[in-house]
Amino acid sequence: MTEPLSKMGSFEKENRKAKRRRKLRENTSGLLFLLPTLVFFVTFVLYPMIKGIYLSLFKFRGRNVTFVGLENYEKLATDQVFLKSLANTTLITGIAVPIVIVFSMFVAINIYNKSAAVRSFFRGVFYIPAISSVVSITVVWAWIYHPQYGILNYLLKSTHLINQNVDWLGSNQTALFAIIAILVTTSVGQPIILYVAALGNVSKEYLEAARVDGANKWTIFTQIIWPLIMPTTLYVVVVTTINSFQIFALIQLLTAGGPNYGTSTIMYLVYTKAIVEGRFGISSAMGVILALIIGAISLIQFKFFSTDVEY
Amino acid sequence: MQNITKKRKFSIVGVLAMAILIGLTIFFIFPFYWILTGSFKLQEVAISIPPEWFPMNPTLENYKALFVPLTGRWFFNSVFISTMTTILVCVTASLSGYALAKKRFLGAKLIFMVFVAAMALPKQVILIPLLKFITELGLMDSYAALILPAVGWPFGVFLMKQFSHAVPKELLESARIDGCGELKTFTSIVLPIIKPGIGALAIFTFISSWNDYFSQLIFTNSENMKTLPLGLAAMSQGAEFTINYGLLMAGALLASLPMILVFLLFQNYFTQGVTMGAVKG
Repeated sequence: MTEPLSKMGSFEKENRKAKRRRKLRENTSGLLFLLPTLVFFVTFVLYPMIKGIYLSLFKFRGRNVTFVGLENYEKLATDQVFLKSLANTTLITGIAVPIVIVFSMFVAINIYNKSAAVRSFFRGVFYIPAISSVVSITVVWAWIYHPQYGILNYLLKSTHLINQNVDWLGSNQTALFAIIAILVTTSVGQPIILYVAALGNVSKEYLEAARVDGANKWTIFTQIIWPLIMPTTLYVVVVTTINSFQIFALIQLLTAGGPNYGTSTIMYLVYTKAIVEGRFGISSAMGVILALIIGAISLIQFKFFSTDVEY
Repeated sequence: MQNITKKRKFSIVGVLAMAILIGLTIFFIFPFYWILTGSFKLQEVAISIPPEWFPMNPTLENYKALFVPLTGRWFFNSVFISTMTTILVCVTASLSGYALAKKRFLGAKLIFMVFVAAMALPKQVILIPLLKFITELGLMDSYAALILPAVGWPFGVFLMKQFSHAVPKELLESARIDGCGELKTFTSIVLPIIKPGIGALAIFTFISSWNDYFSQLIFTNSENMKTLPLGLAAMSQGAEFTINYGLLMAGALLASLPMILVFLLFQNYFTQGVTMGAVKG
């Protein structure tokens, strides 16, 4: 204890002591509450992230592991299969995201002002593919798309839309789109829930005022509703983009990247390089690149969020 | 007059929208209808063209074929892994979500920022280095390999922080004055308030753990450690002529039905969780 402190009134001294004790308690208890999460987070998330960057600097050939610096990245920059997979992933995302936005907004607009039971019904219908096992989804679609036994070819033939059976997953013209169609069904559930919630929050007075001013439905939508639900749209864009970028199970189980790498995606390539070929270095390098791309997308979102959502 | 034409135009748009909505609904329900009816079809019926829209001679053969110890083991694995993950995530995330929302301590802001940054990255990009790490730890092909990594994922913390904001400061203050210990404060005051949040998190975690196909695929290698989706995937990858569609559909139903039931039973929790989890901040 220092001199001046001991001269203080005993009340004030006590008060200070209590405050310090309280602060200490806040600090220790706060950290203790966080500790279990932190242990798991550091061990199973943070450490593997750093390890991924580290591994990407090595070359794995069976038992031989050699440090190669940035060679894996240089190789990837000219690797035709990687570039093709990157292009496919981007194409899938570029097509799926706008469809998901339009689809989920359409559904949400048509159900948000209906009764709670109707809302629940439709939310359920469109969410069930997202919560079902992706394996269940792929086996039934593999059957639907099957060139001989599939119901899709049967339906299209009996309505004379096609004359010959189409090998939906085996042909270069259709495989990617056949995959995208399934991807969309598994992606709209969450956006619909979010849009229904966002539309429910749009102030009735704004809409009433616009109606009184003689605005038609389309104008009300573009001028009032669309800007008001912009934050939700941005969130949906980012989440759907990130999910589409990671597309894996549909590819692995339905096309194995074929035909001729026509549906190979980054995650599928990461998997085959690491698990099938044991090339952990180049596989980790792809993981790092994927992380950077997704990080950049998230960053753009945060930027949008901080500037564009004031009203 | 003008009013009438306007009204009529809207109703045409309305009818059209309803028609599209119903069309989309059929498109979404059909695969599940096909799984359900297919599971009662024998192979020769399943691959017949024109297809049987409804199984005229329903059979239980496919379910009988699934009723073997190995499938039971896969089912148990899926249930066990998802349940353990859910318990661990809910406990750790509710503790730390509360701490981050209500306590001011050294490093809290930094830790939260790291969590948010980590959350922005997809889990899949760390799975290959994680696989190496799991192998080094000797945990390959074990329950731990499928449970522990999922507990570190910070989404739950984020969600529980959102829910913990609702705990009034005055309540915590008065508990402190009454001499309530930290843990006691948490269990008697915080827990009842964040219960709906924990419910939402539990459903989320259970479903995402059950459906974490990529992790299950790379962290297991023996037949006995397979999960139900993994076993189903293996069944579907056989040679063309060995694929039994009826059996696959029965498996598909079994692999997804628990999730669909969980979702239908707790839809409201779920919806609330989705909405809360999406609000960044």
